[in-house]
Amino acid sequence: MADLVQPAIARGSGSKLLSRIKIEVNGRTGGGCGASSAGGKASCGSAAGAGDLDPEIWEKVKNHPCYSEEAHHHYARMHVAVAPACNIQCNYCNRKYDCSNESRPGVVSERLTPEQAARKVVAVASEIPQMTVLGIAGPGDSLANPEKTFKTFELVTRQAPDIKLCLSTNGLALPDYVKQIKDFNVDHVTITINMVDPEVGERIYPWVYFRHKRYRGRDASKVLTERQMEGLELLTAHKILCKVNSVMIPGINDEHLVEVNRAVKARGAFLHNIMPLISEPEHGTYFGLNGQRGPTAQELKALQDRCEGEMNMMRHCRQCRADAVGLLGEDRSAEFTTGRIEQMPVVYDLESRRKYQQAVEREREARIVAKRAEMEALAGEFSDLKLLVAVATKGGGKINQHFGHASEFQVYEVSTGGARFVGHRRVDLYCQGGFGEEAALDTVIRAINDCHAVLVAKIGACPRDELKKAGIDPVDRYAHEFIEKSALAYFREYLGRVKSGEIVHLRRGDAQIRQGAFVAA
Amino acid sequence: MAFKIVETQCTGCSACEPQCPNNAIYEKDGLFAINPKKCTECIGFFDEPQCAAACPIDDTCVVDDAYPRYVAN
Repeated sequence: MADLVQPAIARGSGSKLLSRIKIEVNGRTGGGCGASSAGGKASCGSAAGAGDLDPEIWEKVKNHPCYSEEAHHHYARMHVAVAPACNIQCNYCNRKYDCSNESRPGVVSERLTPEQAARKVVAVASEIPQMTVLGIAGPGDSLANPEKTFKTFELVTRQAPDIKLCLSTNGLALPDYVKQIKDFNVDHVTITINMVDPEVGERIYPWVYFRHKRYRGRDASKVLTERQMEGLELLTAHKILCKVNSVMIPGINDEHLVEVNRAVKARGAFLHNIMPLISEPEHGTYFGLNGQRGPTAQELKALQDRCEGEMNMMRHCRQCRADAVGLLGEDRSAEFTTGRIEQMPVVYDLESRRKYQQAVEREREARIVAKRAEMEALAGEFSDLKLLVAVATKGGGKINQHFGHASEFQVYEVSTGGARFVGHRRVDLYCQGGFGEEAALDTVIRAINDCHAVLVAKIGACPRDELKKAGIDPVDRYAHEFIEKSALAYFREYLGRVKSGEIVHLRRGDAQIRQGAFVAA
Repeated sequence: MAFKIVETQCTGCSACEPQCPNNAIYEKDGLFAINPKKCTECIGFFDEPQCAAACPIDDTCVVDDAYPRYVAN
């Protein structure tokens, strides 16, 4: 390590509501917005079992919604926006962004002091028993605001000892704080690593601010990558779980991310989350303004599949806001503004939280049993066929949402090998009562255009016909049943129909990734 | 001379505040400002003004022409 100067610690600054501080950060969100894919190889979560994860790691991540798609159905997380400052500039981030319906990573509605944040955590956890995880993810960088970040952890641990803590960082300051992270018992750290080669990095990071100096160009990325690798190695040495987030930027780092994947795996990261670039021009980012496009659904999946052989891949990241509150893509942050929290009676009932979580565990067990039974039924079948199916769900691992009410579809890949969660597609609500429904239906079809079927609790006659015309089979006969079991049952029927000559299997086209993170539906 | 923070540009992110060697930066209504009497342009401390080096927005921490250049004693 170069020198041992302790980075300056932020002196407590204000607590005022700052509507102007809307910072867009593509990859840096998630306070541990981690996770996994399902089945097969990469399955820290979705297989509802340990998959191929070390049992010790599985124990740590199984109830963590950001690390496991399966847990994401049952448990919730929240982020508190206590860390506004950042120490690097990314070309996918606009620090001046200021627009009221903002809904992407890094964007927050109000900045909190550690005291306000702790109160918010306790209030939310009292109201939502499935809230098990607190993450600090910005809107700047958690470790560029170390005093605020660790003060928040200290206060939360005191009042809500069962909440898991995690943080998300760009890694520049990480080596200086690994000991503190360990001392505060932080469960997971997420580092956003978009490159391990400064030549690639100089096209992503215009500058970094490190040890009182602003580095530019290739030097900036050299400093950054060295610090990121050192930080990751230190986390591994201290046995702190580390997930790596990467933003996939076509033409800049898409090929290179395979190398990043190898580098972070070698240094002990347990999960890799490759996310699509968000670059709408109206966000005002360098990439957005310069026409840099994000990847398509197929490009993203192909890269994730390539890296999957190397290590566990996360595919359920929803790139949520730095002040998100809630479960599975829902955002309840608007219910918990500072003003409202001050009015809320807060009773932190550890016992009722525990009881709720025990009930959730029984439900999860039932889901696994159902899937196992369906796998046994499929055991005699052999086929190279693979299908993607979209699912409308409100959580709980079931097909329990009306087609028109879905703001996202989960995508499962089914084959004789099993049902594997491979991603989710955000859509605009189709059913908004009248206007613009046809256009909205088109966007839904584009978002799930690579799927052979969509499994829903219910669907109207008109969208049913339109989906059929587009070659997507609308299926409501598995309403309120478990997802994997139903997806496998659908696949078994499909195989039967292909074999009997009733239908001919056709390949599907690509699908579009809807820009932007989740907002309250 | 001292540095100033252009109010319309400041996002209130606080990145500059802890970096100032003179404790010249303070919060005002959610944004940040520099006390010109305390600012030394970082002369004697660092090679470059720290507020400008840390600020995420270009041309936000700038020289304030209303004051003469700072001269080290």
